[in-house]
Amino acid sequence: MSHANLGLTPRDASPGVKGGRLGPTLYGKVFCDLTAPLDQKEAEVEASRCYYCYDAPCIRSCPSEIDIPSFIRKIGSGNVKGAAVDILDANILGGSCARVCPVETLCQEACVRDKADGKPVEIAKLQRYATDAYLETFEKTKEQHFTREKSNGKKVAVIGAGPAGLSAAHNLARMGFDVTIFEAKAKAGGLNEYGIAPYKVADNFAAREVAFILSIGGIKIEYGKALGKDLSLDGLRKDFDAVFLGVGLGANNALGVPGETLDGVQDATKKIEEIRQTKDLSKVAVGRDVLVVGGGNTAVDIAVQMKRLGAEFVTLVYRRGEEQMGATWHEREIAANNGVLLKTWAMPKEIRGEKAVREMEFEYTELSGSKLVGTGKTFTLKADQVFKAIGQKLVAPTGLELDGSKIKVDANFATSLPGVYAGGDCVKEGEDLTVTSAQHGKLAARAIFAKLFPGKALPYFVPSPNPQDDGRSLAVPAPGGKI
Amino acid sequence: MADLSCTIAGVKSPNPFWLASAPPTDKKYNVERAFKAGWGGVVWKTLGEDPPVVNVSSRYGAIEVNGFKIAGLNNVELITDRPLEVNLREIAEVKKAWPDRAVIVSLMVPCEEESWKKILKKVEPTGADGIELNFGCPHGMSERGMGSAVGQVPEYVEMVTRWCKANTRMPVFVKLTPNISDVRMPARAAKRGGADAVSLINTINSIVTIDLDQMAPTPTVGGKGTHGGYCGPAVKPIALNMVAEIARDPETHGLPISGIGGISTWRDAAEFISLGSGSVQVCTAAMHYGFKIVQDLNDGLSNWMDEKGYKKLSDFMGRAIPNVKNWNELDLNFKTIANINQDQCVNCGLCYVACEDTSHQSIKKIAGLTRRDPIRYEVIEEECVGCNLCALVCPVNCITMVDQKRDLPYLPWTKHPNNPMAAR
Ligand SMILES: Cc1cc2nc3c(=O)[nH]c(=O)nc-3n(C[C@H](O)[C@H](O)[C@H](O)COP(=O)(O)OP(=O)(O)OC[C@H]3O[C@@H](n4cnc5c(N)ncnc54)[C@H](O)[C@@H]3O)c2cc1C
Ligand SMILES: Cc1cc2nc3c(=O)[nH]c(=O)nc-3n(C[C@H](O)[C@H](O)[C@H](O)COP(=O)(O)O)c2cc1C
Ligand code: SF4
Repeated sequence: MSHANLGLTPRDASPGVKGGRLGPTLYGKVFCDLTAPLDQKEAEVEASRCYYCYDAPCIRSCPSEIDIPSFIRKIGSGNVKGAAVDILDANILGGSCARVCPVETLCQEACVRDKADGKPVEIAKLQRYATDAYLETFEKTKEQHFTREKSNGKKVAVIGAGPAGLSAAHNLARMGFDVTIFEAKAKAGGLNEYGIAPYKVADNFAAREVAFILSIGGIKIEYGKALGKDLSLDGLRKDFDAVFLGVGLGANNALGVPGETLDGVQDATKKIEEIRQTKDLSKVAVGRDVLVVGGGNTAVDIAVQMKRLGAEFVTLVYRRGEEQMGATWHEREIAANNGVLLKTWAMPKEIRGEKAVREMEFEYTELSGSKLVGTGKTFTLKADQVFKAIGQKLVAPTGLELDGSKIKVDANFATSLPGVYAGGDCVKEGEDLTVTSAQHGKLAARAIFAKLFPGKALPYFVPSPNPQDDGRSLAVPAPGGKI
Repeated sequence: MADLSCTIAGVKSPNPFWLASAPPTDKKYNVERAFKAGWGGVVWKTLGEDPPVVNVSSRYGAIEVNGFKIAGLNNVELITDRPLEVNLREIAEVKKAWPDRAVIVSLMVPCEEESWKKILKKVEPTGADGIELNFGCPHGMSERGMGSAVGQVPEYVEMVTRWCKANTRMPVFVKLTPNISDVRMPARAAKRGGADAVSLINTINSIVTIDLDQMAPTPTVGGKGTHGGYCGPAVKPIALNMVAEIARDPETHGLPISGIGGISTWRDAAEFISLGSGSVQVCTAAMHYGFKIVQDLNDGLSNWMDEKGYKKLSDFMGRAIPNVKNWNELDLNFKTIANINQDQCVNCGLCYVACEDTSHQSIKKIAGLTRRDPIRYEVIEEECVGCNLCALVCPVNCITMVDQKRDLPYLPWTKHPNNPMAAR
């Protein structure tokens, strides 16, 4: 069953907010896999398209520095396990990254075959092919490549079991640290479990990946333990040799217009969490007329999910033009394919209704110089539900210096408090993506090792994409250009 | 429209594209399909004495390169496994129905004059245009003292050719085996024996792959394998060289050649013809794609000839022979230098790493300002020795080798100051 041609009609198009808009048999398929995985032959043919570039542009565009040409070549030779190990060595969340990365703005945008013949190598699909095979073998045999060094006697606390925290924990455990993860929620995975669109991580993938990551050993995980409520930074610093914060962005930005508290007006991430966690999708309340405010991937995600759950009209309203949207062209294509309507150059003015939302008024916008201003002209759209997707923000732990609205860190991901490190969405560095968070966790783990064992080499080999040049040429060039 | 009609050793065909003696020419049914598709001639699958041979099940193996399914093909088949009479009857029927096409009959019988005499007498009445002596088959038949067992001994080649010439009106093509160190020896022997033409190459002795689960060569016959005959695109360079060796050997120069080995496109065919082949034979490409490929062979060659102003095959046949030289005749003062077209470059770095790791460190790398900016590559002209490697690895063909104008005299090794034996 492919994602695009799911027959979503007939559906219940009556007004109001209700569950069960789809025929009962459709719920099992409504969030099926967005892309079909490659089979062996397809993977080998696709792998053969890779040029095996030197100092490859795709690697330089991968936030987690996966050696893409190497793993692709290994797929081509039938060495699928070797390919997966290359990927996971650089990024233990390589399986979810293969599914959720906006590769159209990362490795696949840089792929030289895009320039050579207009079609990049399908890096993400190949990565998924290798990591899926690896995970399936692991689940069957419990055998895997990654093992833990014997305990080095030092303890590290990791706050948050999202991609950043999991990556840090895995790398730390591998080095021999005894790791304790404190996670506020009841499950691990962070937004992989609670936020990412379900059709990107179908078949309970997030939980399967977490189980694999934790299987390395040396990681204890305590659920329902929140920093700021059950734990304090001071306490943690006393009990542990180092602390890593991977708390993500816990709060949502508000629209700041009248009517935001009416029933049916909700943060998009809250609704997505409900959809991700429900046992019965037919119980999820879905309006007939749904509005989404925002222009990023979260906005697209909620819009597509509501549409697929049977909303008759889903309109995504964004205050600037399509080119300025945070959602990539690929995301916008998913929205369009699912029948989401897009209204650009309009900003929220007022949400109206008695107890529950009934309609929403927007003001047209335009650019005055580089500043976005309202034109004074307005329009009103019918709405049973309004979802706010205009960005998340940090719930800042007390006692840390901030950089703007995020936690301030140095090049080693160290915060202003000695021994406390941070990475992922809660710091400013890099885009807010799963892959960036995984990279932060990995680098912070290495920094913690370097700090606690000064002068000692990492206990495992870190492969370099350019061994002939001692990895040098992947570095940012010196001024003047010559590497 | 160029005239593709072809005459070689007195045998005429409407075009130079013949199917080589192999499964595609094993019976009337196949051959008629081939003629309908447009093939100019066939060399019938090799006939032998009755009782017919028996073939194994599991017969072919192949080299797949990067998704290209048959870059090289290997087989452990023998000559025809059908009764002689059936083949002869069908040959006669086909020749009668298709008088304008060349029908050559490939033969392999024990190395005794009586055997050859006997079979020639039977082939004669079919009306076939010629015979081809299969001195090439490297497996199965050679163990019985036939095929390459004959082809590897120039004296036998000469002797059998002479017997055949003495016992038939038909032109005699001698098919040479490449499983020999100097192909000129059997070619000279064939000429001495009176051959009207040579055909080459037959297949090359090979083990194409080992099945690592069964730990046996492929094709695997009940867990065992044997060496087979290798052909297809991968063997073309070997075949071209052997054709050139015979074409430029003073002793065999001018002996008609039917070129064979890895021909898949009209371009391959044109290369064989430029080295003096009067007709070309195809096997693997037809086995890979079916008979219809002859359409592209025909009009591709014809369009190219029109473009070049060649009216008939003889206008360019053998034109490349004078330019095939021994190494010590090449001009050491000639120089060519790589040039990278920056507009077409996709920044893959393959030229750089090839030159840096394995050649002369003649390409420099110029980084952009950020990690995500493309890296540019430029040739260091003073360092470039003109080896062509960068141009060969470039996936988008943006590197050209530019011949340098140097106003220096022709200087072969025979005259070079570094050569202690140089004639001064
Ligand atoms: C709707 C949505 C869709 C997205 N889609 C994509 C996508 O397609 N591709 C992509 O690359 N990225 C996507 N992202 C972004 C991506 O999910 C994040 O960049 C990534 O999850 C950040 O990882 P993290 O570990 O920093 O934070 P999170 O994933 O947010 O994890 C933080 C963890 O910390 C826990 N926590 C928070 N506060 C505390 C506390 N005080 N004490 C203890 N635990 C705490 C949380 O419960 C959570 O488990 C999406 C984000 C959203 C919201
Ligand atoms: C399966 C198979 C069987 C062959 N049988 C014969 C044969 O009976 N007699 C013969 O002279 N050559 C035989 N050949 C060799 C071909 O005629 C030809 O010389 C060789 O395949 C090289 O041409 P190609 O590269 O176009 O395939 C056979 C080749 C193949 C693949
Ligand atoms: S840029 Fe594309 S072609 Fe080059 S190594 Fe990366 S995936 Fe392969």
